[in-house]
Amino acid sequence: MLRALPRDGDNFFRRASFASAGLISVLMFALMASLVVGAWPALHKFGPGFFFSDDWNPVTEQFGAANALYGTLVSSFIAVLLALPVGLAVSIFLSELCPQWLSRPLSIAIELLAAVPSIIYGMWGLFVFAPWFGESFQVWASDHLADLPVVGTLFQGPPMGVGLLTSGIILAFMILPILTSLIKEALSTVPNVLREATYGIGATQFEVIAKVLLPAVKGPIFGALILALGRALGETMAITFVIGGAQTIETSLFMPATSISATIAEQFNEATGQLHISSLIGLGLVLFMITFVVMGTARVLLRRNRK
Amino acid sequence: MIATRKLKNGIFKGLCLAATLLGVGILVVILFTLFQKGLAGLNWALFTEVTPGPDAQGGGLANAIVGSVMMTLLGILIATPIGVLAGTWLAEYGQQSKTADTIRFLNGMLMSAPSILIGLFVYQMVVVTMGHFSGWAGSIALAIIALPVIISTTEEMLKLVPTSLREAGAGLGTPRWKVTVKLSYRAVGTGIITGILLSVARISGETAPLLFTALNSSFMTTNPNEPMANLPVTIYQFAMSPYESWNQLAWSGALLITMSILILNVLSRVLPRLKKRRSA
Repeated sequence: MLRALPRDGDNFFRRASFASAGLISVLMFALMASLVVGAWPALHKFGPGFFFSDDWNPVTEQFGAANALYGTLVSSFIAVLLALPVGLAVSIFLSELCPQWLSRPLSIAIELLAAVPSIIYGMWGLFVFAPWFGESFQVWASDHLADLPVVGTLFQGPPMGVGLLTSGIILAFMILPILTSLIKEALSTVPNVLREATYGIGATQFEVIAKVLLPAVKGPIFGALILALGRALGETMAITFVIGGAQTIETSLFMPATSISATIAEQFNEATGQLHISSLIGLGLVLFMITFVVMGTARVLLRRNRK
Repeated sequence: MIATRKLKNGIFKGLCLAATLLGVGILVVILFTLFQKGLAGLNWALFTEVTPGPDAQGGGLANAIVGSVMMTLLGILIATPIGVLAGTWLAEYGQQSKTADTIRFLNGMLMSAPSILIGLFVYQMVVVTMGHFSGWAGSIALAIIALPVIISTTEEMLKLVPTSLREAGAGLGTPRWKVTVKLSYRAVGTGIITGILLSVARISGETAPLLFTALNSSFMTTNPNEPMANLPVTIYQFAMSPYESWNQLAWSGALLITMSILILNVLSRVLPRLKKRRSA
């Protein structure tokens, strides 16, 4: 028995490991299928209008994805917009400017930001950040920015603290670590000869970084940005706390809104009927499709650059 | 000319430093808030008493802590063997083949699928089938979240094993599976364990997938066949509630869970270094 094992062992081990690896494809397929099946009653009832309608009314059983989709896209877009300059600056500081003994502990501190659970960002955002943000920035902005042409409407509304802009800022904190670590990795692939050559002709650090290093890693930075966007799109608990939970589309960034994930988290256990649940799963399907496209793009971009 | 260039350089360096301080500052502020608000409720009762009713005095988080630890452990127990084997296949057998590339891509997509979708998936597959929320459903959701992390760390680690080590094993007539188990796993074991630790850290703070799978429970239960209390969902419900005693418990739970996760993270960084030092 034991003697026979070595040969059969090989076969068995190979098969078991292949089955485990294959399970991933099964899981991904089942995940997609379960979302489609679960969303079917809603998709059947509302047709393609489900994706464009801003009706969301459990009482009259009218459901549409537009409100949640708008909140998801806008808050994630704000997050990426804010996190990019900060992430660039942090990674440049850590990999190019800072002495090595300091760089390691600081890097770990930034990476630990990613380990803090989403729900903690939510609590902190709702109870600490939002009130402070409302009293300071939002009050100031409604005095000074609200009357500006075009962009003014973005800053109108009561300084409640919670809302789209707050969600975007909290999301920016949450995606900062992934952005920083990817940009740092990209910067580390730039050959030292380039740096030395440019310093050799008397360039300052700013000039070396802005004119040589950053152009050299444009591609990977773009890939990192899309990957971070993908993270922000699917974030749930933090957003559920700070977005305000209003099924509306407003032009002001100060107004409460909702996102796909927040709507699902808030309403799923209190859903009134089968159509309501199905519509929530339909929102999940929309989220799945967006993240699949965004993450797929990011992976292709990052892989191409790595080669 | 030189002066303006130097000035620009100075401003640039200042801004980079400021951004880094901002990032680190946010971590410090969050931790400070957690200690400030959570420390007051950190007493013996927190670990021994179950969650109280609304607006009641006393009580703790014992049922939530037990439930969280159980579901996290069950999730990791499900994910580890599958994940390590799948990672092994990718590194040892699949390598650069088309199938392996596809699985790698899908694994990456599963890793970045929003965790709330994993919750919806398990709700439909397990909760609807069983007819009720359960600790098992919660553990399965957590396992699916941990799985891709374990797969990719195992693969990365096994790739580090030098081919010469495998050849040496094979040269002695050792079957391939034995070379993998006895030589490769042993050589990079700490790395694989680090990956598992990191995925424990990752799943123990997950809230969204538990909302529709384990739900919550105000009773102490160790039966995974029933709805199960857990820290994240308890924190969510208690933080959003108007009752002061619940809010206090939410902050203490938040402090507890964040500190455990940060300690796991730091541990997973220190562990490989300690091992290296000992063997050196």
